[in-house]
Amino acid sequence: MITGLLVFITMRGLATFWPVPLEAFQLADDRTLLGEVTDRERIANDDGPPISRLLVRVDNYELTGQHYEWVDDTAVVNIEQPAWATAVERLEGGRFHGTPQTFYEDGEPAAEGPEATWNRFTAVHPQVRSRYWQARGIDKHDRGRVQRELRAARLAVVQADLDRGQDSPTYAAAVAAETEIQRRAAEEVRRFDEQTAALRDENARYEIGFVTADGIDVRMPVADIVRGWQPNRLSWSGKLAVYLDRWQEFLVDDPREANSAGGVFPAIWGTVAMTLIMAVFVAPFGVLAALYLREYASSGPITSAVRIAINNLAGVPSIVYGAFGLGFFCYVLGAGIDELFFEASLVADNQPVFGTGGLLWASLTLALLTLPVVIVATEEALASVPNSMREGSYACGAGKWQTIRRIVLPRALPGIMTGLILAMARGAGEVAPLMLVGVKKLASDLPIDGVFPFIHPEREFMHLAYLIYDVGFQSPNSQAARPMVFTITFLLVAIIAILNIAAVWIRGRLRRRFETQQF
Amino acid sequence: MPAPSDTQPPDTAASPTFAADDRLVAVAAGMEVPSEVHEQVSSEKPVLEIDSFNLWYGQKQALHRITMPIPECKVTALVGPSGCGKSTLLRSVNRLNDLVQSVRISGDMRLNGDSIYDRGTDVIELRKRMGMVFQKPNPFPMSIYENVVYALRIDGERNRGVLDEVCERSLRGAALWDEVKDRLADSALGLSGGQQQRLCIARAIAAEPEVLLLDEPCSALDPIATGKVEDLIQELRGTYSVLMVTHNMQQASRTSDYTAFMYLGRLIEYGPTTEIFTKPILRETEAYVTGRFG
Repeated sequence: MITGLLVFITMRGLATFWPVPLEAFQLADDRTLLGEVTDRERIANDDGPPISRLLVRVDNYELTGQHYEWVDDTAVVNIEQPAWATAVERLEGGRFHGTPQTFYEDGEPAAEGPEATWNRFTAVHPQVRSRYWQARGIDKHDRGRVQRELRAARLAVVQADLDRGQDSPTYAAAVAAETEIQRRAAEEVRRFDEQTAALRDENARYEIGFVTADGIDVRMPVADIVRGWQPNRLSWSGKLAVYLDRWQEFLVDDPREANSAGGVFPAIWGTVAMTLIMAVFVAPFGVLAALYLREYASSGPITSAVRIAINNLAGVPSIVYGAFGLGFFCYVLGAGIDELFFEASLVADNQPVFGTGGLLWASLTLALLTLPVVIVATEEALASVPNSMREGSYACGAGKWQTIRRIVLPRALPGIMTGLILAMARGAGEVAPLMLVGVKKLASDLPIDGVFPFIHPEREFMHLAYLIYDVGFQSPNSQAARPMVFTITFLLVAIIAILNIAAVWIRGRLRRRFETQQF
Repeated sequence: MPAPSDTQPPDTAASPTFAADDRLVAVAAGMEVPSEVHEQVSSEKPVLEIDSFNLWYGQKQALHRITMPIPECKVTALVGPSGCGKSTLLRSVNRLNDLVQSVRISGDMRLNGDSIYDRGTDVIELRKRMGMVFQKPNPFPMSIYENVVYALRIDGERNRGVLDEVCERSLRGAALWDEVKDRLADSALGLSGGQQQRLCIARAIAAEPEVLLLDEPCSALDPIATGKVEDLIQELRGTYSVLMVTHNMQQASRTSDYTAFMYLGRLIEYGPTTEIFTKPILRETEAYVTGRFG
C-alpha cells in the first residue's frame, strides 16, 4: 500500500509540469471551452445507461470564475485540438487559455494573426523578462539594502538613547548619522525609482492580444507572462523543454500567487537546513544521554524513571512540543537574548529578533521531539557491543572513558546512525510543531544570505510539509493548486529519501570498517 | 573489601585428618582442606603471590583461601573441572572482577611485591603491568596495527617510530608478523580465528607485561590454530611469566612448567607439571589428570 502511495505521488508529482494538449469543446448550449482534460468519471443516469463526464481545466479565472469545469459527454457537440491554442502562465491571475491574435507595440498593432503574433512574442519576451528580473532585483536587493541601513541607523539612535541618554554627544552623533543616511537613502531611492520606472515603461510598450474560445478579446502586457506554450503544436522535444523549464522554475524560484505557482526554493532550503541543524543538535545530546544511561548510571529507580520518561516523551503529541518550543525557546530563551542584545529593536519597532519563531528554535524543538528516538537507538547499539571487547580494553589498562571512546562508540556508530536516520525522517516530515515555532506561509529572506552576519538563525523560514498544508488546504484556489501539491509532496518525499540515502551510505561505510568476519 | 566474618571459614576446618581420597568428597561437603604445594614451587622466585584469597559472588563463595606463588618466567597452568574457579582466579589477578557487581573479596595478591587489592592501588596502572588474552578472540574494531599498539595509544604514545617498533616486536613475538606485515592497516576483524587470537596475544605483550594471563586461549580455535598458539606459549616461556587457564590436560602437560589443580574454589595440588602428571601426591589429582574423574 505504501509502495502504491509512493508510486501514485511520484506519477502525479512528475506529471504536473508536462504540457497536456488543449482541447476545444463545442457544447450544446453554444459555449466553447478550451482546456486540458484532467479527469474522467462515469455517473449514474436515471433515464438510461450511465454517462461519462470530463473534468476540464478551463482557467481564464477572471472571465469564467472557475479553474475547472465538468463537461457531460452528452453535452459535447464537437471536440478538436486547435493548433494555435495557447496556454499562458501569468504572474497574477493564474493560467490563461486562448489563441494569440494581435501583438501591440506602443499601443499599435504590430502583428496580426496567430503565427505572426506568436513569433513576435517569442522574439520580445526574453528581453522583457530580463528587464522584469532586473527591476525585481533592484526592488529586492538594492531597496532592501537601503531599508536595512535606515533601520540600522534608527536602531543606533535608540541604542544611544538607551545607553547614554538624549543629552549625550553619542546620541547627537547617532542622530546626525541617521540624518545623513536618510538623505543618502532618499537619493538612492529616487535613483532606484527612476531605474525601475524606466524598465517598466519599456516593458509596458509590449502587449499581446488573445482571443478566447468564446471569442472574447483579452489584452495583456507581455511583462505579465511568465511563459506560454502551444501544446497542440509542440513536438516531443518541445514539450520536454517546457517541462524542464517549469521544473527549473519550481526548484530554484520564489513562489508566486500565494504559493500556488512559481517555485518552492525557499521551502526546500528551509526543510533541508532545519533537518540538518536538528540532526546536529540531537546527535550529541542523544548519544550523551544514552551513554550515561547505559554505561555510567547504576541501575536503580531513578534510572528506570528516566528511561520511562524518555519512552513517554516519544508518545507526546508533536503539537505539545510546538507549544513547549514556543513557550520555552521563543518566549523565555529568545526573549532573554533579545533583552540582552537586541533591546533597541524591541524599543524602536516593538519587533523581537530571537523572541519569536525562527529556524534555530524550530530546529531545537524538533531536536527535542526526536531525542527519544536517538536515545533508544543508541542504547540498543551500545548494548550490542560485546562485553568481551570492553573487557579486552580494560585488560589493556584503558580507563572507562578511553574504552568508550576508542572501542564502544566506534563499534556502536552504525547503530547510532540508524537512530539518527529515523530521527531525521521523523523530523523532516513534521508540521504541527513547526507552525508554532517559525514556519511561515511566505518568507522570502533565507536564513543564510549575503547580508552581514550571513547566518540568520532567528529568521522565519518556509517548509515543504507546511507548504503542502497551506497550498493544498488553505489556498483560495486549492483546486488549481492541486497538481502543485502533488509535486511538493513528491519533492518532500524525495528530499527525505535523499537525506536518508546519504545517511545510510555513511552508515554503510562505517559498517564496512567494523565488519566481523570470524573464522 | 573485607568479607563478613560469619562466612570466613574457621581455621580448624582445615583438618588434615581426612584420608587422601576423601578430600574431594570433603570439599563437596563444604569442608576446608589443605592445599598440597610441592616444595619446588616455593623455591622459585615468584612474580605474583596469591595470599589467602577468598571471593564471593553475592552469597556464593567462589574461591576459598587460595594461596599460591606464581614463578617468574615460567608457564603455570590452572586446571580443574568447569566451575572450579580457575577463570575467576585469573580475572581476579588483574581485577576484572571489579566490573562485576556483587563481587566481594578478602585476602590479597602481590605483583612483584606491590599489593593488588590495596585501597591505594591504581587499578588502571596495575592492569597496564599485565596482559590478558581471553577465551574468545576479541580483536578491537580497528586495524591490525592499532590493535597491537592499543595499550600504548591509551597511554598517549604518539611517536610513530616507537609504535612501529612495538608493533613489529609484538607481532614477531606472537608469531604473526610474517602473516600480516603487508596488511597492517587492514581491519583486524578480517583475520582468521587463530590469527585473531595470536593478535590478541601480541596486543597483550605489547606493553611488556610482568605477567601474562591466558584464559583458555585455545578453546575457540581449531587444532591447527591451537598448535600454533601452543608453540607460541612455549616460546614465551623464559621471557614472560604466564598464568594460563586450560581445560585440556594434554595442553597443560605440553606447555606448562607448573600445574595447579583446582576443585570447587579450592587449590588442591600445585607442583611442577611433570610431577603433577606422573607422580602426584594426591590420588584425586592423578584421577583428574588421567581423565578418570572430572
